Amino acid sequence: MSAPMLDLTRSLPFAQAELLLAGFALVGVLLGAWSNARAFGLISGLGVAALLAAGVLALTGAPLAPVEIFQGALVSDGVGSVAKALIAFAAAATLLLGAEHFSSTGEKKFEFPVLVALAVLGMFVMVSARDLIALYVGVELQSLAAYVLAAWRRDDARSSEAGLKYFVLSAISSGLLLFGSSFVYGFTGSIRFDAIAAAVSEGGGGVGLTFGLVLMLCALAFKMSAAPFHMWTPDVYEGAPTPVTAFFAAAPKVAAIALMARVLYEPFAGLTAQWQQVVAALAAISMVWGSLAALLQTNLKRLMAYSSIGNIGFALMGLVAGPEQGPVSALVYMMLYLPANIGVFALILALRRDGVAVDTVADLAGMAQRRPWMAALFTMLLFSIAGIPPFAGFIGKLLVFRAAVDAGFVWLAVVGGIAAVVGAAYYLRLLASIWFAPPTGQLAPASGVNLMTATFAAALSFPILVLLLGAIENWTQAAVRMWL
Amino acid sequence: MSELFAGWPMLSIVTFLPAAGALLILLSRVSLGGEENRGYDNGVRLLTLIITLVTFAASLLAFSLFDPHGSGMQLAENVPWAFGASYAMGVDQLSMSLVLLTTFLTPLCILASWSIEKQVASYMVLFLILETLMIGVFCAQDVILFYVFFEGGLIPMFILIGVWGGQRRVYAAFKFFLYTLLGSLLMLVAIVAMISIAGTGDIQELTRFAAERGFDPALQIWLWLAFFASFAVKMPMWPVHTWLPDAHVEAPTAASVVLAAILLKMGGYGFLRFSLPMFPDASHYFTPLVFALSVIAIVWASLVAFRQVDIKKLIAYSSVAHMGFVTMGIFAGNEQGIQGATFQMLSHGIVSGALFLCVGVVYDRMHTREIAFYGGLVHRMPVYAAIFMLFTMGNVGLPGTSGFPGEILTMVGAFQVNAWVAAGAALGVIFSAAYALTLYRKVAFGTLDNPKLASIADLDAREWVTFVPLILATLIIGFAPSIVLDFTAPSTQAIVAAFAGGAP
Repeated sequence: MSAPMLDLTRSLPFAQAELLLAGFALVGVLLGAWSNARAFGLISGLGVAALLAAGVLALTGAPLAPVEIFQGALVSDGVGSVAKALIAFAAAATLLLGAEHFSSTGEKKFEFPVLVALAVLGMFVMVSARDLIALYVGVELQSLAAYVLAAWRRDDARSSEAGLKYFVLSAISSGLLLFGSSFVYGFTGSIRFDAIAAAVSEGGGGVGLTFGLVLMLCALAFKMSAAPFHMWTPDVYEGAPTPVTAFFAAAPKVAAIALMARVLYEPFAGLTAQWQQVVAALAAISMVWGSLAALLQTNLKRLMAYSSIGNIGFALMGLVAGPEQGPVSALVYMMLYLPANIGVFALILALRRDGVAVDTVADLAGMAQRRPWMAALFTMLLFSIAGIPPFAGFIGKLLVFRAAVDAGFVWLAVVGGIAAVVGAAYYLRLLASIWFAPPTGQLAPASGVNLMTATFAAALSFPILVLLLGAIENWTQAAVRMWL
Repeated sequence: MSELFAGWPMLSIVTFLPAAGALLILLSRVSLGGEENRGYDNGVRLLTLIITLVTFAASLLAFSLFDPHGSGMQLAENVPWAFGASYAMGVDQLSMSLVLLTTFLTPLCILASWSIEKQVASYMVLFLILETLMIGVFCAQDVILFYVFFEGGLIPMFILIGVWGGQRRVYAAFKFFLYTLLGSLLMLVAIVAMISIAGTGDIQELTRFAAERGFDPALQIWLWLAFFASFAVKMPMWPVHTWLPDAHVEAPTAASVVLAAILLKMGGYGFLRFSLPMFPDASHYFTPLVFALSVIAIVWASLVAFRQVDIKKLIAYSSVAHMGFVTMGIFAGNEQGIQGATFQMLSHGIVSGALFLCVGVVYDRMHTREIAFYGGLVHRMPVYAAIFMLFTMGNVGLPGTSGFPGEILTMVGAFQVNAWVAAGAALGVIFSAAYALTLYRKVAFGTLDNPKLASIADLDAREWVTFVPLILATLIIGFAPSIVLDFTAPSTQAIVAAFAGGAP
């Protein structure tokens, strides 16, 4: 057998999850084209199953030591597996929510599960990228699927606007990414992360390399909607159908954070002093702006958009810290943040006020009296996102604080603390509406699946899970140790 | 009997019994289909009362296993957790007395909450969760665990004030939450820094580290300030006390009681557990600042209290003044000062809790707290007037009530360090007599002019049951303060010794 052939056969077993997703996407398209709306339920169900299976495969298929596959374009390792599992499970949950929602509204378009699977495939490539081309391909695959998802309601002006806005701005950031990559390639002579790292540690590259790095960081900050590159987020979140928003708020964030960790700690580990400043600034601005701007929002989805900007800031604060603690704290932060976030969206999707989907903070009024159980769920989820103990989100905040302080970024931790207080203010505004405002009209849950998802998410953010924290810690730490 | 329970994790049982009870109520609600009616509400009230009484009994059992003369942490439990933190519980004499105060007062609060009609089950569930978190604060022996309990208490309190409070309840709830959270998060950053330096989150280990190697004095200043930000707000000290009057006025009676009697003590407890033993140098350095703030709090809050037209607000300001004595005594740093501060915390817990209950009695009947509305209550409510008189005297610090030993000891302690501070505080004692007695005269004495008061009824049986334990407690530790003082002496001496290790 020839060498490339050999490499391919050797690589395929490490790409089972990716193959599964790609296979599902192809089969889904065929099935959908053949049966159209009738098979929406079937394809969605298959999609959820495929995503779950991909998550499990990513975990079980993780090698004991990093393995380069596809001629060094991708790598299969522990951190990638952890991130992939997280992405796949989050996407499965949001796909479930979406399928339920679109079935009830009659928008049974089979492309939805297929596009979600393709976006997740892109994310998988992102988090296991080992060279600049793979990185770009992963980012673009994810983004292209996301544009279409944002413009899902093509007859609806807001949805189309969201899709277009997302596309135009995202294309600019992709341009920045390519431009930055070309600098990096030009000044180091390679697109492979290990070769770049070697060139950096030999002191090669100089200002041009730093310039390329900063451009790439800006592009990645755009993809993860870190301030000041967040402008698209509130509009897209508001305009896109709610299940799509829930999807945007979950899986892509993990992928972006994991990719950022890869870029920072693999090729550019030698430039830590340079990028630490940039990432710390991104973190500080995101935390502060995310929480300040959220104070003024009345629309639930816009509010959650700013909340996600603030939370990405906290995860970035973890990344600043340097090897081991940085990636561990950022990943665990996302792990604890995601379930709560998905749970909130599940509740937003599940609630109907006088038969209409809830849209604004005021729509939640009186929930505690009409639906005490849902109010309790909402309360737990929001406090978890706000990082108030004893909920799981607190542990995430604690870890990123610790990572920042240990790395000597005490000022960043203090900024984070103040931002968290401001952030708490707007979560409290939601809670005030839920608990303190008198009930008006009918407030009823629309579906059981969403409620169950929310309950499950709340259970995950509940202190009982804290018992599992030891396991999560060891697991993530082992993954990161193996990688660095 | 006590041998039977020797190996049990008593502190965890005491701490989590109320939470288990809350779960029981939640389950009962779910299984009954969530329909509320009068019978169900009464059942929930009774169940909650029983749970809190059982918790009190369990805490007494823990007390019987506790060696009053032992040093260090007793009844210790330690289970490794994650991320370097551990589930470590333990009590010394200081913690034990505050735990007992908490479990003693909570059933009385539940009795006082009988008149709550709105969303009874939710109210009781939140109250039980609050009790768990309060007990946990005093038992936690790991800084992270401490922080979890310390800050977790904000959640039920926020909802309690916001849902069952008075007219400006939403404003008060937000102010309470955000003020306290800002202080706490700065403390969290400091906690993280301490763990990073000392390599442990165990409070005993940290204290040992501070005694043997010590935190860098320059860093101590910052750590101390971060902890101060949290505890000073909680205490509350002048000038960060402004959340307290709002929260008190708007909170339902029982929440006011818990707020005054227990939540405020967390600030004093924090100073004693963290600031003095762990940052002795910084504590010495900042003593003048704390003294100044304490005296301002005592004098100024007393004067402000004098001008209040709302009974609850008046008592809230008197709490600020009394907490001034506590901080003064703590930072005197000698045995008298700290003993006095501990005593004052316990006494204030009983007396101010009882005063808020007294307000609750008339508020339940008339739905106003305006001083001018009342007058001449002694004619219609002689028993109530007598009880109110006793607790007013306790508030003033009359010898024979529990208010006296604490005040005198903190002043003696402060006098040894700085005579002027003690003199300023003594001025506050006079003022406190002025406002408290004026309040009493206006409410209880005089002629019964207001026609709406003509049919006001004296205490009913439930209120009797609520007040009797408090009356007994006030008088017993007022006449025999040594019961408390002898008990808390070992933990006080440990703190004094640790504080003396710092540079003067």
